[in-house]
Amino acid sequence: MTTTSVPAVEGWFTTSTEPHLLGTRCTTCGTVFFPKASGFCRNPVCRGRQFDEVELSSTGTVWSYTDAQYQPPPPFIPPPGEVYEPFAIAAVELAAEQVVVLGQVAKGYGVEDLSVGAEVVLVVEPLYEIDGVEHLIYRWKPVAS
Amino acid sequence: MTPPESVAVLGVGMHPWGKEGRPFADYGVDAALAALDDAGVAWSDVQFVAGGETVRNGYPGYVAAATITQALGWNGARVASCYAACASGVTALDAARSRILAGLCDVALVVGADTTAKGFLAPVAGERWDDPDWLRFRLLGATNPTYFALWARRRVDLYGATVADFARVKVKNSKHGLHNPNARYRKEVTEAEVLASPMVADPLHLLEICATSDGAAAVVLTSMAYAKSHGVTSPVRVRAVSTVTPRFPNTVIEMPNFATDSAAALAPPELSFRDSIAAGAYEECGVGPDDLSLAEVYDLSTALELDWYENIGLCKQGEAERLLNDGDTTIGGRIPVNPSGGLACFGEAVPAQAIAQICEVTWQLRGQAQGRQVEGAKAGLTVNQGLFGHGSAVLLTT
Ligand SMILES: [Zn+2]
Repeated sequence: MTTTSVPAVEGWFTTSTEPHLLGTRCTTCGTVFFPKASGFCRNPVCRGRQFDEVELSSTGTVWSYTDAQYQPPPPFIPPPGEVYEPFAIAAVELAAEQVVVLGQVAKGYGVEDLSVGAEVVLVVEPLYEIDGVEHLIYRWKPVAS
Repeated sequence: MTPPESVAVLGVGMHPWGKEGRPFADYGVDAALAALDDAGVAWSDVQFVAGGETVRNGYPGYVAAATITQALGWNGARVASCYAACASGVTALDAARSRILAGLCDVALVVGADTTAKGFLAPVAGERWDDPDWLRFRLLGATNPTYFALWARRRVDLYGATVADFARVKVKNSKHGLHNPNARYRKEVTEAEVLASPMVADPLHLLEICATSDGAAAVVLTSMAYAKSHGVTSPVRVRAVSTVTPRFPNTVIEMPNFATDSAAALAPPELSFRDSIAAGAYEECGVGPDDLSLAEVYDLSTALELDWYENIGLCKQGEAERLLNDGDTTIGGRIPVNPSGGLACFGEAVPAQAIAQICEVTWQLRGQAQGRQVEGAKAGLTVNQGLFGHGSAVLLTT
């Protein structure tokens, strides 16, 4: 039995019932970064060094999508089970932030459930398990139209 | 800016692509000696060696230029090892060309060689939580074909491209490379065979994604004055080299990134990064896409070759499939693309590949591309893009 669950990567997303990606916004020019930026703002006409943590939009539209029909090599950790199960991946455009974020697609959905421009919502699901601890990751889930 | 002076491609050489598993420096020596012999230049006359690094062969790979110089026998030449992922070879070429144009040397050797492992290109080992190239595998299972497929799918959903269109790129390139003695795969492939091969990353099949190979390529680059004194009055010339990086915000998802830049605060540049690569070369020398006789583009996937048609200005966005299906990019057509057979027939040997593209264009411009010659070739472009923001394009003319 799984007793605990932790994000697979620290500080990239919240795990509340309505999860959000966590990025940073430059306090000087307003540019948003995901994953979080620190140090210097990468906008070449800005010299900002201060960033606020921001929750990114939890819905977006599909920029493109594909799947992984073969098991990716390490450091990918395959989910437990004898047989490898292909999963889908989507690049999703967030309108307010004008950024495209890559993520796996929610379990149970494949490329046949996606199209460029379709709406998706952020969810958090188990990615892999190590020593009884479930490691979570953000994913994109198609919104039924 | 007035166009820079030309430098001469006096010699080119390759070690055939394959999977022999020999040390990379062995291949590098073979290619270097072939290029030196082709140029009729003695190793002792080489003043500068620029090498494309390989990160998969330990320390000797990081200092590739020194490793290959030592293997050829120390001759006191100055060296520079360059890493720019797939664009490494052109970064090395640019160092050699700049040194020649600055008058700091007359004869330079540019060389790249690799020995690769089997299967997907995987990241360097170890737990590296601050390295996006490691993280994308751990957190997303995003391989290189994932990104190729994302770009391919855009063509399907936006321009109505079909899997048959993509397959026909492979069919064309397999025909082109059939008689290329340096190609690893020399076998005609049919559309049906491509489509029957296993799907790797929808919509791309196994036969549409380039393999990784061992191989080596080398170029002897000299000043025009040296070429003349050597009795070569009209060598193939390097007219422009583009090693541009993206401009912020880059709004296309690129390997190995998790996200694009945000365009919320600053509008995207007029040209996308991939559009800006060849544009940098055109601008430098005043030769444009309409002047080209051929192009060698980086077909990491079949669909990516189609993207390049548009990125280098052969046609407008969304028209690449028509160009392909009209036979324009086949040898004998208006503007043959990848007459060498491309990565489809070679498989990628990372630090050597951009140099191999230059070797092919040189043979084409000399009329020495046996079995795959583009008749009357006068100008050729090579183009590729390396991981982490490395553009590379070289414009060569007779
Ligand atoms: Zn800023």
